Amino acid sequence: MQRVPFSTRTFLLKLRKNKEQAHQQETLPLLIPWSMTLRHFIALCCCLFGLLSLQAYSAESSTPASLSVNQPPAALAPLMLKLTQVKYSKLLPVLKAIEANSDESMLPLFRTMMNGDLYFIKANKQLVQRIEVENQDAYRGIFSQQLIANLSEQAVSKIKVNNRLRGYLRNAIARIQLTSHSAEVRRGAVQALLSSLDEDTVATLERLYSSESNTKVKEEMGLALAINTALQTELPNSTRIAAIERLSGSLETTVRNKLNQLTYQDNPDIKAAAQAALTKITQRVERFGFLNQLFFGLSLGSVLLLASIGLAITFGVMGVINMAHGEMIMLGAYTTYVVQLMMPNYIDYSIWVAIPAAFLVSALVGILIERLVIRHLHGRPLETLLATFGISLILQQLVRTIFSPLNRQVSTPSWMSGSWEINPVLSLTMNRLYILAFSLLVFFALVMVLKKTSLGLNVRAVSQNRNMAKTMGVKTNWIDAMTFGLGSGIAGIAGVALSQLTNVGPNLGQDYIINSFMVVVFGGVGNLLGTLVAAFSLGIATKFLEPMTGAVLSTILVLVFIILFIQKRPKGLFPQKGRAAE
Amino acid sequence: MSSITQYFSAGRTSGKHTLPFVIILLAVTALACLSNLYLASDSALHVSTYSITLLGKYLCYAMLALAVDIIWGYCGILSLGHGAFFALGGYAMGMYLMRQIGDRGAYGNPDLPDFMVFLGWQQLPWFWHGMDQFWFAMIMVVLVPGLLAFIFGWLAFRSRVTGVYLSIMTQALTYALLLAFFRNEMGFGGNNGLTDFKDIVGFSLQADTTRVSLFAITALMLALVFVISRKILSSRFGKVVLAIRDSESRARFIGYRTDRYKVWLFVFSAVIAGIAGALYVPQVGIINPGEFSPINSIEMVIWVAVGGRGTLIGAVIGALLVNYAKTRFTAILPEAWLFALGGLFVLVTLYLPKGIVGLYTQLMEKRRPQPTKESNA
Amino acid sequence: MSALHHSLNSLRETFRPDQVWPFLAPANAKVNVDKNVILYVEDLNLSFDGFKALNHLNLYINDGELRCLIGANGAGKTTLMDVITGKTQCDSGSVFFGQNQNLLNKDEAEIAQLGIGRKFQKPTVFEEQTVFDNLELSLKTDKGVLPTLFSRLTPTQIDRIDNVLHIIGLAKHRFMLAGALSHGQKQWLEIGMLLVSDPRLLLIDEPVAGMTPQETERTAELLTSLAGERTVIVVEHDMEFVRSIAKTVTVLHQGSVLAEGTMDQIQSNKDVIEVYLGEQEATDGVITEGVTL
Repeated sequence: MQRVPFSTRTFLLKLRKNKEQAHQQETLPLLIPWSMTLRHFIALCCCLFGLLSLQAYSAESSTPASLSVNQPPAALAPLMLKLTQVKYSKLLPVLKAIEANSDESMLPLFRTMMNGDLYFIKANKQLVQRIEVENQDAYRGIFSQQLIANLSEQAVSKIKVNNRLRGYLRNAIARIQLTSHSAEVRRGAVQALLSSLDEDTVATLERLYSSESNTKVKEEMGLALAINTALQTELPNSTRIAAIERLSGSLETTVRNKLNQLTYQDNPDIKAAAQAALTKITQRVERFGFLNQLFFGLSLGSVLLLASIGLAITFGVMGVINMAHGEMIMLGAYTTYVVQLMMPNYIDYSIWVAIPAAFLVSALVGILIERLVIRHLHGRPLETLLATFGISLILQQLVRTIFSPLNRQVSTPSWMSGSWEINPVLSLTMNRLYILAFSLLVFFALVMVLKKTSLGLNVRAVSQNRNMAKTMGVKTNWIDAMTFGLGSGIAGIAGVALSQLTNVGPNLGQDYIINSFMVVVFGGVGNLLGTLVAAFSLGIATKFLEPMTGAVLSTILVLVFIILFIQKRPKGLFPQKGRAAE
Repeated sequence: MSSITQYFSAGRTSGKHTLPFVIILLAVTALACLSNLYLASDSALHVSTYSITLLGKYLCYAMLALAVDIIWGYCGILSLGHGAFFALGGYAMGMYLMRQIGDRGAYGNPDLPDFMVFLGWQQLPWFWHGMDQFWFAMIMVVLVPGLLAFIFGWLAFRSRVTGVYLSIMTQALTYALLLAFFRNEMGFGGNNGLTDFKDIVGFSLQADTTRVSLFAITALMLALVFVISRKILSSRFGKVVLAIRDSESRARFIGYRTDRYKVWLFVFSAVIAGIAGALYVPQVGIINPGEFSPINSIEMVIWVAVGGRGTLIGAVIGALLVNYAKTRFTAILPEAWLFALGGLFVLVTLYLPKGIVGLYTQLMEKRRPQPTKESNA
Repeated sequence: MSALHHSLNSLRETFRPDQVWPFLAPANAKVNVDKNVILYVEDLNLSFDGFKALNHLNLYINDGELRCLIGANGAGKTTLMDVITGKTQCDSGSVFFGQNQNLLNKDEAEIAQLGIGRKFQKPTVFEEQTVFDNLELSLKTDKGVLPTLFSRLTPTQIDRIDNVLHIIGLAKHRFMLAGALSHGQKQWLEIGMLLVSDPRLLLIDEPVAGMTPQETERTAELLTSLAGERTVIVVEHDMEFVRSIAKTVTVLHQGSVLAEGTMDQIQSNKDVIEVYLGEQEATDGVITEGVTL
């Protein structure tokens, strides 16, 4: 008896562990072995605690105080009692009876039962739900939803379920939800029902279909009914073909599976119709797959844009080769990390603090570099390149010394996580969407700064003719420092964005610096629009090459392409013309 | 007639370091070799085999620095991709050494190197054929870096990619190669590279005599490369190269096809780097994709900058000094090395644009208050 | 339609009866000056971002002539030289050196090897090399990579360099680094580099800028002595200097030829007076270059 909860728990733990591992593998390859051992340790602790509590509570048999509240509606009380009494092979009629006589209030019961967490107290046949509180089992009343203290594992008994019951419960939950007030819930319920249509469900759907007010829900219901119609072999061909045609407009995986089934049937007309519908669907799926790839390309492009836009200013406008640009990005990312450390309870808002903070930190470091080093190397680009490379080494090592060489994880605010599901085959992750929008915002803000403000005017003046600007009374020294600070600050902002996509480590900047230079050179030095176009075209090109060649090879191909492109057009996509450009 | 003698006397000044350098290099090499082979290991003057290998490594770096200096110091082309040529030369040598292992590998396959057996390959890829012949491998050591340099240089210089652009392109080149060589499918051992070498032209790589010989060969090659480079750079070709560095367009208006000069100089430099890589691999016993990493290539540049670019001797001195410092530093304070290296980059570019050699000449000129103007006239 | 027209035209060009195909023509054919004209510039157009630097420019230079080009800033003088020497690609038009050498499909080095030498507005010499080396580099020799690698100075070449060193007055400074020379000396060195390369056509951009009156006089002598044997085109703003050397003067204005003739003809030319004096009045006495006509 005691073995059962133990094994279920380890099973659940395993499940969760797998899920978390899968998540971590994407992001944190280094920490997997460590976290695995931790998981094992926790699991072990749970077992130990379980055994301990078993011994501790075995002598006790107190009656919990809050029991009286945990009562079902009076009409259902006999049925509930039956739940605790009959064998699970005879539970189905009882459950059907409960479903027939109830509404949404029975959802917690069904859900708990489906998950195998439904217990009853042996003493008084009260139904309780097992939950986990601080890694220990605890129980709460299924109707009261209140914790029942001091209930030992011996005092309760599990109501067992098998797969058949689970299947029934799943559908029952969905059917109950079909009557929910929220259209969103009803829609979700129909979608859940699509794959397991039985007579009851179809009957319920048919009953509700005519009275459904929400068009989307109605459409889904129609889809479910169409699946049912298409599968009925006794119906005339014409009705079934019409249903299949109705199905060809859907992208649900279930619909595709069902249609696939139909193609193996003997009826030639149905077979042909299903085949045609499948082709139509496949075409649409491919189209959306293309969109998906495009989105990933745009997302990579936005990252490239953010990383290279600061470079477009320092390199493109000022003509300074800043090899430490990647480290400015890294500093921004670490600033995000520190900000989150300082306000652990306000992760959702931390990003609004991190953006200006990262801008300031990177900009200040940038100004410092400009004042101390780059200023003295004016007009010697190759030396500037070397000196700033030295600075990048120092900054990397500094970060390694302060934060350790291991990667740090920055958490994503809740409003940035999740994804936007447009249809069953196309869903866009929120953080990438936000970063795409953010990169464009930063880009246009920068263009505005350069075009409309006096700082921008001075920057452009200095970049075009330093001496003339000087004679006109522009403080070129100050402008240089400000421009460099601006470029570096934007790199810092890029770091905030990147910290939401990858892990933050000392080598973060190194990974982007070469690509950023490629983007700026490809777009044409000194041309912000060129940078925009180059970033997105390179991003999209990389992502479209990836399925064909693999990630590494696509990166190489893009690099080789740019190398060849630069041979052909040394001044990039949008070259500056005229004598001044030489 | 007087102008002829003047011309030749002037011509000789540019090569005044060559002879002393070669003599010192060969003398030190000979002494170190003799002391290693003939002095008892407890003698105070004994040079351990470890030190011999270390010295050999430094000399390879010096040759590499020479290659970078030829192209950067003399022609003004800052290549951040010379590590690629070095590594390609090294891989060519590594492939030969790998084939020499024969059936002594962990899997005992006489035809396939261990990593290919591990990957489940059935036959040798086409580019591995012939690499078991020493002469063929040596041709590849020269040919592969040279060919890559020729193609890259031909494309880049013909379309007049110069300055910082070129530097970034070369960096991208070595970065692309880095990514490529990390792939197992490339057939160069992927991440682990080529290692566990046993012997070279029949001599065991573990033997002291082999190691001393490798060191001596490296020193001889360095001397040879030094003399040849000196000859080339003091010919009229060298003057054209200097002219290209100072004003390329002017050189073009005089009638020189500057792109061709740059391509051939680039190829020459790449070949030297390749040879250096080939000598490096048997001494350190491994070659892996890490050699392609952009930071390596940029480190070479700083050796040259420290020593003094535009002087061959400076490149050698810089490479020796910086690498000696690196060895000492990483032994005492491993974390501080990157700080030191970074600081070196900044300080040298800011305060020592002509490097140690430049500093030395400056000091010498201060000692002699009246410099050469009148005496030359 | 225009595409068809274009391809027809190119076809016609390919099968012209009066000339052989380029790859059949001898590579370094001698410059053909049978018609006594060494440079043909016809209908040359070039624009930078909408600004027409050269506008249907036509110019013919006779063999052995000394021609002065004058004009205000932006008239297209330097741009014209850039196009002739291959530095800048023009949009349309043709430039022929003699009757048979199309300069537009050659690069700077080829053009220089044909015998067109150029002196820049700003003196550009190889500052890190000695005066002697500067001249050695400019010698008229085979400039391929291998010949250069194995070349040795012949006594004749050394004498030639010595000779030029005396002409430009830098014999005492032959082993000085060119970067250490004064501005005027650099000008002379650059002229010396031109002389030693033995060109057919010299393009000289502002030779006397930064020179003392005596030096200017010597330059004038030198240039006039060169004409006849060689062809010289001089761009200069110093009108006294132009007057002292020029037989024929061409005035450029807004990228095309405004007038051509002797100095006296130019000074009395209505168009020239209108353009220059009018411009001067319009800009309210602001002194532009190319004044005092």
